[in-house]
Amino acid sequence: MRAPDHPVLSKGDVLLAVENVSLAFGGVKALTDVSFDIRKSEIRAIIGPNGAGKTSMLNCINGFYYPTEGRITFKGIKRPKMRPHEAARGGIARTFQNVALFKSMSTLDNIMAGRSIKMRSNFFWQLFRHGPAMKEEVAHRRFVEEIIDFLEIQHIRKTPVGRLPYGLQKRVELGRALAMEPDLLLLDEPMAGMNLEEKEDMSRFILEVNQQYGTTIALIEHDMGVVMDLSDRVVVLEYGRKIADGTPDEVKRDQRVIDAYLGVAH
Amino acid sequence: MDILYKVFVEPFVFMGEAPDLLIQTLWEGLVSGVLYALIALGFVLIFKASGVFNFAQGIMVVFAALILVGLYEKGVPAFLALILAAAAMLVLAVVVERVVLRPLVNQPDIILFMATFGLTYLLIGFGELIFGGNPREMITGALFLPQGTTEIDALGGSIRLQHLDIAAAVIASIMIGLLAVFFSKTRIGRALRAVADSHKAALSVGISLNQIWVIVWFAAGLVALVAGIMWGARSGVSFSLQIIALKALPVLILGGFTSIPGAIIGGLIIGVGEKVGEFYWGPLVGGGVETWLAYVIALLFLLYRPQGLFGEKIIERI
Repeated sequence: MRAPDHPVLSKGDVLLAVENVSLAFGGVKALTDVSFDIRKSEIRAIIGPNGAGKTSMLNCINGFYYPTEGRITFKGIKRPKMRPHEAARGGIARTFQNVALFKSMSTLDNIMAGRSIKMRSNFFWQLFRHGPAMKEEVAHRRFVEEIIDFLEIQHIRKTPVGRLPYGLQKRVELGRALAMEPDLLLLDEPMAGMNLEEKEDMSRFILEVNQQYGTTIALIEHDMGVVMDLSDRVVVLEYGRKIADGTPDEVKRDQRVIDAYLGVAH
Repeated sequence: MDILYKVFVEPFVFMGEAPDLLIQTLWEGLVSGVLYALIALGFVLIFKASGVFNFAQGIMVVFAALILVGLYEKGVPAFLALILAAAAMLVLAVVVERVVLRPLVNQPDIILFMATFGLTYLLIGFGELIFGGNPREMITGALFLPQGTTEIDALGGSIRLQHLDIAAAVIASIMIGLLAVFFSKTRIGRALRAVADSHKAALSVGISLNQIWVIVWFAAGLVALVAGIMWGARSGVSFSLQIIALKALPVLILGGFTSIPGAIIGGLIIGVGEKVGEFYWGPLVGGGVETWLAYVIALLFLLYRPQGLFGEKIIERI
């Protein structure tokens, strides 16, 4: 048997480690000397006021940005300079703050697009939709239908996603990320702009994904109630620096976090 | 009143009196329409995936045809030459992606457009260097493209169908059909549409932009090769052939730059419109309508439907 490319991790091992990462755009420092880790099968929240560098952090993790300094280790291997599609193939999936879907494509096709990295049949068979390509398409289609059932979006299967309301678009985006069967799922404000009921649904999906499949999740969220309920550990950023790191209870009582959120009298 | 009669009544009366001539005109229009559609398709593929209007598409048609003919003249068997010409288009796609697209990623569209200008003149110079500037004959016989005509007696007259035209229409239709299925139903097709919709999202699901760009430029190169063979068979292979690419412009305006069905329908409308306009209304202005009618139709479309028949509606949120 072939040896695995990566060491097999069990629950609680460090899946991704961020060490002394800084990110600068010209003179503007988006992140300064940030270190934290994400452990296998946990839900890790990244919080902080607006402009704290949360999305920049996610962009570093999935390769949209490359840190100016510091290093990121994924599955125990220090990452070379990596582009986003390589990070995706390595097992990192994500959703975006402002929803980045393929708007003219149907829900089904959007989620199937998430399966791209799992499909390997060659050009020739694809051209004629025959042989291995057809078999592969059918197998992946079955998997995608399971995701659609899981997210309760059967009724919009064929709808072009550009026409869907925002809450459902967020759900399709989550579905597309799940289709990649990621080792690490990054969610950038999965509940932004949602009403209470939609938030509850989304929280349920996130918890179920985490519990049923053991998927490790890192999420950015502004709704503190949601963050405290969902996450195992929380890292707090302010002005690009880490100011706290710990369980929700620890973070909630941290004086610097309270100051950052409520403001402090000088 | 006389002029109104000549414009609005006489041509239609003539159509009714000689249906065989009408059918003949429509047929010729459809054949050139399919070929226009084929050329427009080359533009659409590249525009969809990379947002670049590829000015070099016309010269790619000439270049592909020249490689095919040039190799055959050097003694390479026709079908091997065909495969080698296709391989050359693959090489071109890889080189363009590496040397032109990749360094210019995230630059404004106009810069990429200008880069395709540069590519055009590079290919012209390169082509002349290797193959010389003399016009050549397309090797229709060696490629087993049929010659001759069939006459069908019908509708009180006879309709002449050139075998070459029939072959051109059939081959172009098959090519268009295959591409349409490929880009709407397969993984790579889905990836292409994904890239066209959002680069950011495409990257996040593991689609490599570079790979997609090579694939679409290669597909556009194959389309150019087929278009080069078909147009070359009708009007010879020379560098002046690249102006047929300008005929694709009105087709694109009509069909929308991002729509494959649009390119097909647009091509047919322009092809048929040109031939019918020339035959029935041309004599009123002394002929020559065929050269400009397409652009007039395109202009009218620009006024009333700038996104084309099937193009994505441009909605600017403010």
